Parts: sequence; structure tokens; C-alpha cells
Amino acid sequence: MTAMTQSASAIKNETAPKPFANPYVAGTLLGLVLFAAFFFTGNGLGASGGLNRMIIWFIDLAAPEHSDRVSYLVSYAGGDKNALDHWIVLMTVGIFTGGFVSAWRSHRLTWTTIKGPNISTQTRWGMAVLGGIITGFGARLARGCTSGQGLSGAATLSVGSWAFLLAFFAGGYLLAFFVRRLWN
Amino acid sequence: MAPFDLIAILGKFGTYAIYLAIGIGFGVALEMSGFAVSTKLTGQFYLRDQTVFQVMFTGVIVAMVLVFGAAAMGWLDINRIWIPETYLWPGIIGGFMIGVGFIIGGFCPGTSVMAAATGKIDAIFYLVGILAGIVIFGEETSRFDTFYNSSYMGRFLISDWLGVSIGWLVFIVVVVALFLLWGSELLARAYSAKEPDAPQNTASTPATRPSNTWRFAGAGVLAVAALAVLLIGQPDPAALWERVAATEQVRLDERLVQIHPAELRSLTFDPNVKLAVIDVRDEANFNIFHLRDSVRMDLADLPAAVDDLVALPDNTVYVIVSNGETLSTAAWKTLVALGLPNVYILEGGINNWIAVYGEGMYPLLASIGNDEKLDYVFSAALGANAPAATPSQHDDGTPFVPKVELQSAGAKGGGGCG
Repeated sequence: MTAMTQSASAIKNETAPKPFANPYVAGTLLGLVLFAAFFFTGNGLGASGGLNRMIIWFIDLAAPEHSDRVSYLVSYAGGDKNALDHWIVLMTVGIFTGGFVSAWRSHRLTWTTIKGPNISTQTRWGMAVLGGIITGFGARLARGCTSGQGLSGAATLSVGSWAFLLAFFAGGYLLAFFVRRLWN
Repeated sequence: MAPFDLIAILGKFGTYAIYLAIGIGFGVALEMSGFAVSTKLTGQFYLRDQTVFQVMFTGVIVAMVLVFGAAAMGWLDINRIWIPETYLWPGIIGGFMIGVGFIIGGFCPGTSVMAAATGKIDAIFYLVGILAGIVIFGEETSRFDTFYNSSYMGRFLISDWLGVSIGWLVFIVVVVALFLLWGSELLARAYSAKEPDAPQNTASTPATRPSNTWRFAGAGVLAVAALAVLLIGQPDPAALWERVAATEQVRLDERLVQIHPAELRSLTFDPNVKLAVIDVRDEANFNIFHLRDSVRMDLADLPAAVDDLVALPDNTVYVIVSNGETLSTAAWKTLVALGLPNVYILEGGINNWIAVYGEGMYPLLASIGNDEKLDYVFSAALGANAPAATPSQHDDGTPFVPKVELQSAGAKGGGGCG
């Protein structure tokens, strides 16, 4: 009932954001995209790998001698290698594009900071940076993030990916109580 | 058979366009789920919103059923798709950190890229954090290299671990996941009953509610599809061989894959190639004489070993060895059928190797040429200690027609997070 009235009001007001999709519809689309990736390319989905290459490309631009010496960077940007010349970068650009188009079509495109009611915007930004640092480090350590390990590895039944997923949810649920002020 | 060698078909830009399109689909799926809204994402961990779990697990089981369904039908070669290799403890610690980063920062990498595109300023700050985290990892990685590369188990599927067939595993995972999804709905309902005035956790409007008919129909379709995957079963090597026989038998008949001992010798010292010599003879023969650095595997064990073999670097050349060519050809068919690239056979087998590189060292049997029987007499089981077992670094100029051409293994390198 509520859904119907909401979509009715959304039609009336053309700039009102449309409701989010049914989780099962969105999940099925996600599953189809993941399957298409495996079927056509042999690769799964990924996001952190693209970010990895973008920042390495930047380091290579700013300090090429540095990226030629640090062993981790050499494999991506040593010598003449262009860190951006890799499919994962295109996929990351695609995620950005897809997000933009979908939000635009559904009137959900706004400059805003989403936060819990009990913290300031500045606190939210600081925590976002902190959480990002921990995630960025963790994603390299785990050789993938929730997309590459979580989705792609779980769908192909990899032992390590399921262990990763359990650890991911364990980390979230264990810490949730202590940072509840951030979100509630 | 899929996956396709896209670079060969579409060229580099066409290939990248495909990846861009897949990324767009991914971004759309994430955005329409509401995953640009950090309070909705973290709501999962306060039990007020089950969307993360529902979208993720629906996606996982749909993709899983389709991937293994396509493999069962023979449309998709499972050994040529990228499956994350297991580094157990780095994965667990890294996963835990991403969980912690998620509840503090409000996103995971994929959702933050998408959210930044929709104008979420918190997502942009989170992205800055991720990039910093990556740089810290890159600079400090030498300090914990040992841990980073520890507990490596290769390409390790749950079906291998539990010793069950993929069909059963897919079916069980789907059934369990459907019950968990149902449980997540009960949880969400219990929560909204307990706190009817809980603040709306979305900046936008809430998601449309699924109707019963569609939910049950979807669950039913998934369960039936999983049952079909179970009943059809994953193809065995013989069935897979039938699918590739048309092209591969020609290469076998035209002797394009049987390499001369001298080519094997030169490959041993080729810095561009990683050589994996697989000896498929029985243990008795292997103990009497085998090539240095060769690994013995029984023919029957090859399908299980292929997971580890595909995980070797892209420039690996696999050379199969037996006394003659009968056994090695059978092994070659199995490995090629399972999608292993760059597999070759030692021409004439060990007998030919000794004829070329151990001439005069060992007395010949009275009756030779019984294919899989060793033609030479050894006074003791020397294994790799026999002088002729070690390829000489010196090129004695034995002529050979080079046949090895490195082929791309599809897309196994780099994976989802290259």
C-alpha cells in the first residue's frame, strides 16, 4: 500500500526521487551483470583494483622514479607501464557512470552528505576518510574488496572468498555497537 | 566456448567497451538498491535494514546458478574463468578490516565510487581515504610480505574442501540462502514492529516492497534451476573433450603439440617461460628415471590437479611426459579438455629423450618400441639422479622444429581486483 502511494506521489511530482528498487530485483540484476562478466570476459566484478591503478598512475606521474623502485608499484607502473591501461579501470569508470545515470534518471542526483542525526557533517567526513583508509588497506591485503572477493568469489564458491565475507560481516557487526552514535 | 578471448575478437578498445558496459550495469544495480545512502548501508549492521544482505546474496546465488549452469551445459569453461585464489589469513584479516572500515566510513569501495557519482560528499571523502589506504599499503607492503603471501591454497573451491560435487553444493547454497533471505525479511518485520517510529534510514524514499507472488516465483525458479544444475552435473573430462575434439584432434594429428626433446631442453633455460613438466607414468617407472624437476601425477588425478595448474603464471608451458606417447596423449586430452592452455607432449616420451640426450649411457632392451615400456635398462632406480635426467645447459645444436606458442589463458590473471 505505502509503496503504491509513494510511487503515485513520485509520478505527480516529477522531481521527487523515485523509490529504490525492490532488493530482489536489484539483486537479480546484479547477479545477471556478474554472470555476464564471467561469461563474456572470464573476469568477475571489481572496484578497488581500479582505484588502486588510478592512484598508482598518479604516483607514477608525480614521482616516476619512486614507482620504479617500490616493488609493489613496479608491477603496475614500472618503466613505461601505464597503470591505467587495464580493464579494471574501465569497469571502475563504468560503476561511476552507471551510478550517475541511474541516479539521474531516478531524480536522486544531489550534492549532499548523508549522516546519522547525532554527529556533525565534519565528523561524518572525518570518519569517512578514516573508514576509507582502513578499507583501502584491507582491500589490498585481502586482494579484493566486497565486489571482487565478496561477490565474484562467493558466486564461484571460492573458500577464501567465503572466509572473507564472514570476516567482513564479523568486522561490521562487532564494531557496530561501539560506533552506534555515528549512525543512530 | 565462453569465456571469449575478447582482445582477439574485438580488439583492445572493443574489449574495454565491454568492461565499461559491465561496470555501468554494476553501477546501476548498486544505485537502484539505494547503496549511495550510507545510513542505509550501515543499517544492515543495526538490523534496521536488510537490503545489503538481500541484494548481495540474491546477486551471489543468481550468478552462481548461472555460472555453474552454463558450465553444466558446456557453454562456459569453468577452468578459464577467474576465481579468487585463497590466501586464507590475509583474506580474513583484510575482510575484517573492510567490515570495520564499512561501519566507520559508511561504504565499501564499489558503493563509494557509485555514491560519489550521485553527489554524495561523504562518499568522496571516503574515496580519498581509500586512496590513502592503498598508498600506505603499497609503501609498507615490504614489511609484511610474508604474511601477505601466507596460507596460500591456490584455486580452492568449497566443493573441493568438503569433498562434495559442485552440483550438490550449488543446490545446498541456494536452499540455505533462500531460507536466510526469508529470515532477513522476518528480522526486518520484527524490527519495524518493535520500532514503528524509527527514523527513515534513507535520504530518498524507501524501496518498493516485493509482492508475495513474485518473491515466491523467483525463489521457485532459483530452486528449480539449482536442482537442474545438480541433476545435469558438471561435465567430466571425456564430455569436455568431445566439445573441443574438432579443433584439438587436428593439432594432435598434425603433431603440432608434440615437442622434440631439444625444444624441451631449450625451454628449460628460456627465461621467458615457466616450465611445468608433468610425468604421468606409474611410480615404479618414475623412480627408475625421470627428468629433473618433473612432477609425477596419475592420469586419474589430473582433473583434481588442474585447479592448481591453471593458477600457475600465464607464461607457463606444461609438458607431459610418459615412456612413449600413449599415456601422455591421454593426459594431454584431459588437460586440454579442462581448459588448460599451453599444454604439450614430449615427442617420443622418455625413450626418445634418452635416445637424444642419454645416447650410449644405458643399454637398450632386446625388444624396444613397445610404446609405454621403457626401452633402456637401468641397474638401479636413479630417478632424477641419472646423468641424462638433467637437461644440459649447453646447446649441442640438436635441430628441432619449435612448436611452443604461448597462448593467453583467457582472463585468469588480474581477476576482479587487479
